[in-house]
Amino acid sequence: MAFLDVQNLTKTFGQTTVVKGVSFAFDKGEFISLLGPSGCGKTTILRMIAGFEKPTSGSIEVDGQDITHLKPNQRQLGMVFQAYALFPNLNVGDNIGFGLKIAGMATEERRARIDEMLRLIGLSGFDKRYPYELSGGQQQRVALARAIAPRPRMLLLDEPLSALDAKIRVSLREEIRAIQLDLGITTVFVTHDQEEALSISDRIVVMNAGNIEQLGAPHEIYNKPATRFVATFVGQLNSLDATVLDPATKTVSIDGQSVVVPQLPADAAANASSVLTLRPEMITIGARDGNDITLSGTIADVTFLGSVIRLRVALGRNTVSLDTFNDQRIAPPARGEKVTISLASKDLLVL
Amino acid sequence: MTTASPPPRRIPWDALAVAPFILFAVMFLFLPTLGIVGAAFTDRAGNFTLDNIFGLFTDQILAAYWISIRISGASAILGALIGLAIILAIIRGRLPAPLRSAVMTFSGVASNFAGVPLAFAFIATLGRLGLVTIILRTVFGFDMYRSGFNLLSFWGLTLTYLYFQIPLMMLTIAPAVDGLKKEWNEAAQMLGASQWQFWRYIGLPILWPSFLGTLSLLFANAFGAIATAWALTGSNLNIVTVLLYNQIRGDALQNPGLGAALALGMIVITSLANVIYLVVAARAERWMK
Amino acid sequence: MKANKFWAWLTFALGAAYFIVPLLATFEFSLRMRRGEYSFDAYASVFADPYFASSFSYSVVIGLMTIVVGILVVVPAVYFVRLRMPWLRPLMEFITLLPLVIPALVLVYGYIRLYNSSSIIPFTGSALGTDILLTCAYVTLALPYMYRAVDNGMRTIDIGTLTEAAQIMGANQAQIIGRIILPNILVAILSGAFLTFAIVIGEFTIASLLNRPAFGPYLVGIGTNRAYEPAALAIISFIITWGAMGMINVLGRFAPRTSARTD
Repeated sequence: MAFLDVQNLTKTFGQTTVVKGVSFAFDKGEFISLLGPSGCGKTTILRMIAGFEKPTSGSIEVDGQDITHLKPNQRQLGMVFQAYALFPNLNVGDNIGFGLKIAGMATEERRARIDEMLRLIGLSGFDKRYPYELSGGQQQRVALARAIAPRPRMLLLDEPLSALDAKIRVSLREEIRAIQLDLGITTVFVTHDQEEALSISDRIVVMNAGNIEQLGAPHEIYNKPATRFVATFVGQLNSLDATVLDPATKTVSIDGQSVVVPQLPADAAANASSVLTLRPEMITIGARDGNDITLSGTIADVTFLGSVIRLRVALGRNTVSLDTFNDQRIAPPARGEKVTISLASKDLLVL
Repeated sequence: MTTASPPPRRIPWDALAVAPFILFAVMFLFLPTLGIVGAAFTDRAGNFTLDNIFGLFTDQILAAYWISIRISGASAILGALIGLAIILAIIRGRLPAPLRSAVMTFSGVASNFAGVPLAFAFIATLGRLGLVTIILRTVFGFDMYRSGFNLLSFWGLTLTYLYFQIPLMMLTIAPAVDGLKKEWNEAAQMLGASQWQFWRYIGLPILWPSFLGTLSLLFANAFGAIATAWALTGSNLNIVTVLLYNQIRGDALQNPGLGAALALGMIVITSLANVIYLVVAARAERWMK
Repeated sequence: MKANKFWAWLTFALGAAYFIVPLLATFEFSLRMRRGEYSFDAYASVFADPYFASSFSYSVVIGLMTIVVGILVVVPAVYFVRLRMPWLRPLMEFITLLPLVIPALVLVYGYIRLYNSSSIIPFTGSALGTDILLTCAYVTLALPYMYRAVDNGMRTIDIGTLTEAAQIMGANQAQIIGRIILPNILVAILSGAFLTFAIVIGEFTIASLLNRPAFGPYLVGIGTNRAYEPAALAIISFIITWGAMGMINVLGRFAPRTSARTD
C-alpha cells in the first residue's frame, strides 16, 4: 500500500485553478521531487500536504490515515522552508528542540535528541549559537534538524536550497539525500531546478500549469520525456527544424542534408515541417559506432568549461549544441572549422 | 584633479554642517538640563545643599509624583496592550488592506491630537454635559457621575490619555509586527504547536523588546504631559507637571530650588523608565544583531 | 480561521468606537449652542473672535519659523554624519531621543532660568527674543521627528552612492547638496515639516510659560470661559492635524527611491 496517496487533488483560488485533479502515490522511504516552473502548482500541493492550504477537492492520505482535513499541527509532518524560518529568539539547540518541547518530551531525553541531531548535521557544539550567527547553509541544516527531530512521518522540503550559494547548494543537497537515506524518511521536495531534482530524487513528478506532465525515475524523465514540455524543461535539448521529403521512406531534409528518421509518424505529409530534438551528449564529432546519421557543419562557437568543451555547430539555419571532453594533449576546436558530426537516428525525438 | 594645481584650501564643510546641530543641542538641551540639576543642589546663596531634594519628601509632592506615575503607568500599559491588540487584529487577522492604511493615517492624526483640544473633546464626550454621559443617563438610566466616575480623576485622565497613547503604540509597534514572518508561524505549526503556543514561545518573545521600548516611550510621553490635564482641570489636579507649572508661574512652593528639585525628579523618573527598558531589552535582545 | 477573523473584527470595532465616539460627541456638542436646534453658531462665534485670528496666525508664523530653523539645523548635520562622520551617529541618536525623555516643561523651566533678562543671552528680555526662544524650543521639541524623517529619507535614497556619482561627474559640494540631495529628500523633509507643524500649532506649555500670545494658551482661555466654542475649536484643531498628516500621506506617494522595490 502506498505511504503517501494523493487523489484528485484540486485547488482553486478565486477564478483560477492552480492544481487540477492531481493524483500520485509513493512508497515509504521514497524521495520525491515536485518539479516545474513557478506557478505550476507544485508549492500549492506541498502546502496542501502540510495543511496550510485547504484542497478544493480531493484527498491526501499518509500511512493509511486520511489527513485532508487535519490541522497542520496534528499531521506529524516535518517541513523545511525556503528562507530557513528559524525562530530568531531561540538558540540552535532550542530551535531543534522546539517540536520535542511542544510534544512534552522530558528535558534529559530532549537534550540527547538535540545532540544526536547536531551530530547528524555536523554542527555539534553549535547549540548555544543564535540563528543570526550562522551562515545560510548552517541555518538551513539547523532547519532540517528541527524538522526531523520529532521523527515526523514525512519530510516536506519547500525549495530549501534556492536561497543558498551555488557551491553550498550542491553540498547541502548531497547531505540532505544522505540523511534522508540514513533515516529512510519519505520526503517530498519542491524545486524548479531540474538538475537538483534529477540528482537527488527516487522519483520525479514534473508539473506544468496545474497538471502532472510526467511521473518517473530521473533517468526515465530525462531519457524518455513523455511530452514536449518535459523534454524542453528537463535538461538541455537541441531542436532541429526539418522538412519532410518522403513520408514513405521516412526521409527528411535538415538544411539540405537528407536523413532517414524511422520514428517519423506515418501520417506526416511531404514538405511538412517537423521538429527533431536531441540531447547534446548524444551527438559526437566525427563518426561513432551505431551513429547512422552524419551531418556536416561549421563550428560557430566554442565555450571552454574545463573538463568539457561545449560547441555550437551551424548546419545552415539550424545550430546544434554538443559537448566534447577536453583533452590536454590536443588543442580545442576553433571557430570556423568545418566538422562532421554524427548521431543515432533512434535517439531523435520527433515533436 | 590634485596634480594639476595646488589643491584649493578645503572648506571644512563637515564641521560647519554639524556645528549648528551640536550648538543647538548644547544650548537647548544640555545646558538647560544641567542648569536644573545644578539649581536642585544649590541654595539661595549659591552653596551646595541637599535641602531641595529633602524638600520633595512632603505629602503633597510625593502624592503628586505618585499619581503622575500611576496615570502614566496605567495609560502606557493599557495603551501598549490595546494598541498591540488592535495592530495584531489588523495585521495578523488579515483585515482588508485599505482599512489598514486608513487606520495608520488616523493613528498619525490621533497621536498628535493631544493637548488642549483633546481635553475639550473628552469634556464634550464624558463631561457632565457630554453626549455619552447624557445618552447613558437618558436612554439607559445610568448616571456615570452618581456611580463615582469623574473625568477629572485618575481613571478619567487615563481614559483621555489613551486617545494618544494607543495610536502612538500602534505607529511604533507596527513595523515590528510586520517583521513577524509568516513562515515562523507555519514552522511552529508543523512542529505541533498551537496558535497559543506559537505566541507564547515565538511571537510575543520576538515582539517583547519593541514592546518594552514603546512602553517606556509612552510612559515618558504621559509623564511629561500637562496641557490635557491643565485644560481638563485647571490647576486642581495634583499631578507633578501641574505642580511644577504652578511653581514656574510663581504661584506655589515659593522656592526656586525646590522647583528645580521637582524638575530633576521628573528627569530621574523618565530616565529610569528608559534605563529599565535598556536593561531588560539588552537581556531580551541577545538574539539580535 | 473563521473565529480568528471574528476576534480581529471585534477588536477593531471596539478600538474604532473608542476613537470615533469622542469625535462624534464633540461635533454634536459644538452644534448645541443655539437652544433647541443644531447650528454652527459656535463656529461663527470662534471665527468672529479677533483673538482667534491673531493667536492662530502667530502660531502659524512661529510654526513656519520652526520648520525653517529645524531644516537648517538637521539636514546638513544628518547628511554629513551619514556621509563622513558615521562615528557621530550614536551621539546624534542620543541627542534626538532626549526631547522624548526630558519633559518639555522641564526644558522650558531650564530656558527661563538660563536665558532670563539678566543672563548673558537675555532671550526673554524682549518680545522678539522670546519669539526666537520659543522657535528654538519648538525646534527642540520637534527634533526627534524631524531627525527621523530626514534620516529615513537619506537612507532610502542611498546618499553615499549619489554623492560619489555626482563627484565623479565633477559636481562641487554646493551643487551636490542643492541639486542632487535636497530634491531627492524633499518629500522626507516636507513630511518632517508637516509633523512639526502639527506638534507646534496647538502647543500650550512652552508658549504659556514664555507668555506668548499663541494658539495653545488662547484655547485654554476659551476653555475656561466658554461652553460650546471649545468643542468647535477641538473639531477645528482635529481638522488641522488631519490636514497636516494627510499631506504627509500624500507626499509619501511621491517619495523617490534609488533601491529597487523589494516588496
